[in-house]
Amino acid sequence: MECYLDNSATTKPCKEAVDAAVLSMTQDFGNPASLHAAGLAAERLLEDARAAIAAPLHAQKSEIVFTPSGTAANNTAVFGAVARYRGGKIVTSAMEHPSVEQCMRALETRGFTVVRLKPDACGRITASQVAEAVDEQTVLVSLMAVNNEVGSVLPFAELGRIVREKHAPALVHVDAVQGFLKLPIRPKACGIDLLSVSAHKVHGLKGAGALYVRRGVRIKPYLLGGGQEYGLCSGTQPMPAIAAFAAAVRAWGAPDMTARYARLRAALSGLDGVALNSPPDALPYILNISLRGVPSQVAVNALSLRGVAVSAGSACSRGHRSTALTAMGLPAERVDAALRLSLSRTTTDEELDRCVAAVREIQNTIGRKR
Amino acid sequence: MQEIILIKNGELALKGLNRATFESVLVKNIKRRLHDLGRFVITRSQSTITIEPTDEGFDVDEAVDRLGRVFGIAAFVRACKTEKSMDAILKTACDYLAGDLSGIRAFKVESKRSDKTFPLTSPEISREVGGALLTQYPHLRVDVHHPEKTVTVEVREHAAFIHCDQIKGAGGMPVGTGGKAMLLISGGIDSPVAGWMMAKRGIVLDAVHFASPPYTSPQSEQKVHDLLGQVARYSGDIGLYTVPFTEIQEQIRDNCPEALFTLVMRRFMMRIAERIARRESCAALVTGESVGQVASQTMLALGCTDAVATLPVFRPLIGMDKDEIIIRARHIETFDISIRPYEDCCTVFTPRHPRTRPSLSLVAAAEQKLDVEALVSRAAENAKFELIRND
Repeated sequence: MECYLDNSATTKPCKEAVDAAVLSMTQDFGNPASLHAAGLAAERLLEDARAAIAAPLHAQKSEIVFTPSGTAANNTAVFGAVARYRGGKIVTSAMEHPSVEQCMRALETRGFTVVRLKPDACGRITASQVAEAVDEQTVLVSLMAVNNEVGSVLPFAELGRIVREKHAPALVHVDAVQGFLKLPIRPKACGIDLLSVSAHKVHGLKGAGALYVRRGVRIKPYLLGGGQEYGLCSGTQPMPAIAAFAAAVRAWGAPDMTARYARLRAALSGLDGVALNSPPDALPYILNISLRGVPSQVAVNALSLRGVAVSAGSACSRGHRSTALTAMGLPAERVDAALRLSLSRTTTDEELDRCVAAVREIQNTIGRKR
Repeated sequence: MQEIILIKNGELALKGLNRATFESVLVKNIKRRLHDLGRFVITRSQSTITIEPTDEGFDVDEAVDRLGRVFGIAAFVRACKTEKSMDAILKTACDYLAGDLSGIRAFKVESKRSDKTFPLTSPEISREVGGALLTQYPHLRVDVHHPEKTVTVEVREHAAFIHCDQIKGAGGMPVGTGGKAMLLISGGIDSPVAGWMMAKRGIVLDAVHFASPPYTSPQSEQKVHDLLGQVARYSGDIGLYTVPFTEIQEQIRDNCPEALFTLVMRRFMMRIAERIARRESCAALVTGESVGQVASQTMLALGCTDAVATLPVFRPLIGMDKDEIIIRARHIETFDISIRPYEDCCTVFTPRHPRTRPSLSLVAAAEQKLDVEALVSRAAENAKFELIRND
């Protein structure tokens, strides 16, 4: 039995998604911009997919812009939101995904001031921290819904209210790549202007993401071309990936992972030498742990040999350190030994048991002696 | 216009009675390196090897690039072959050299005439060609003392060749003329360079790599593959033996004093490498060590490592500084691979305070609790073989 617990890196495409992709490659393979029947069929597929992504967000389908990836959605949102300014203040966190953080670094060189909010030791950031940072000069607030490394849920629902109360001209962007479908998110109700999601984290294919752009919000595109996707993301749409995205979203259902996650937490926290780095109220899909005396890379190799796939919370000693864990102020030996276990709606109790057994074995053999 | 390549084989010309053997190895290496580029004829005369493409599509640029990595070639030139008449020579010179002469001002012409029946003498040929080039390219002037480029006209038995400055070759001796050696490769910066330097002296390489899963990852084995792939562009195919090393490292950790971990490990590596080397008829071991670089590479530590080897151990980097090694690693394009951040077996169980001045008796005593022979032969037998191809 395979034990795949790296679902925050990517998921296995579900059957519905694969079927939809095949159908879009074999039958409705047209270019949605073409005027003939094949083009029309593809366009119908595209608009249908837009509706499918909009539904769980309680959004209009015209508010969904397809992008080639979550990274592209984040870049479009961040650069697009501040394009009209020559400078100003941007509020974000110190543990954003590189596809946001690198945009911030680029904006800093163009005269913007970036305030990066520090998480607490469990990876949490409070609404009052955000409120303290936002002022009348703030032109963008960009925060992830769920941290990709530790699974902490950030106060994304409060951002709209804070910006309004502070009379900031800021747009609100939420990187919801890890939270999409796993958390109830209603961007309009909580004043979110831009929200990024990705297909392959929810059993779709690589090659599709989407950006929610609230009606009435104007952002400037950085990819220029044929004007597809309301001009915000030019380029012929990757129809197989988009059709698969829609199918995957429809197939998601309403899984409740709380009990399964709690069981995993309890089992691992009962092991000697295992420390939990995720907060108790984390998204029940991501659990970050550190094994005492076992560097991340060694643990990943050892688990991999036992058929268990997880992510290194941090690259090996010579690589770079995890951003989130470092920002959380964890001691170096815990950062260097961090692992991320990430679940999906398809994860079974047997998989989790097997993972716990493997972790126990590694901690007992490798961890004890070092 | 037919473009050909003339190869000067440098050091080989100094060889005595063995010269023919060395040259034939070089010709074989060149043929093997260029065979998939199209058809060509290769001829040897005096100390020059001539490559004449017979296919329209033969990619001379690619051939020149590859020849730059063939050891035993001191220098080579791209030349244009033409008929042995003054008219043809002048026309070809003007056409063929347009690119070479466009960015410079001062040039000169040199001529060689091995066919003494040619009506003009060498100085006369030079004068004629120089004059024609000056007329065609008025921005040029002749400077026989400080030319930026030298145009050479060679009038040979069957044809005339025209070319500009020669390109420096990789130097060294043809691979295959010096026997075979076993390279210990870790994945760091040094060992690929050491292998390259031995190949440069005509040595065929085999390599041994020590893998310690789960402490080392599959990515670090891939890294070794990629490194050897780069070296193989110079040395030709390399046989790689990947040795399972986890058991030995764990035994060392459990049974030896921490300060000697690395040294005892190095001695095991030597023993295993030698075992495989002898089995595969290698005449020496090669490592990337350099005196004083790390604790296990002090002179005394190297002495302890050497004590377990009976084959000669070559360390071509022994007197080099790290920055000198890095320059070479960049040159052979292994540097960027070497710095990929994966653990290798040398960084597993690194002692906090390694012994830098070990004595042989101390190290031998540290190995007392280990069944050295059994561990070594098991590891050597279970080594996995793969051929790293030059492609």
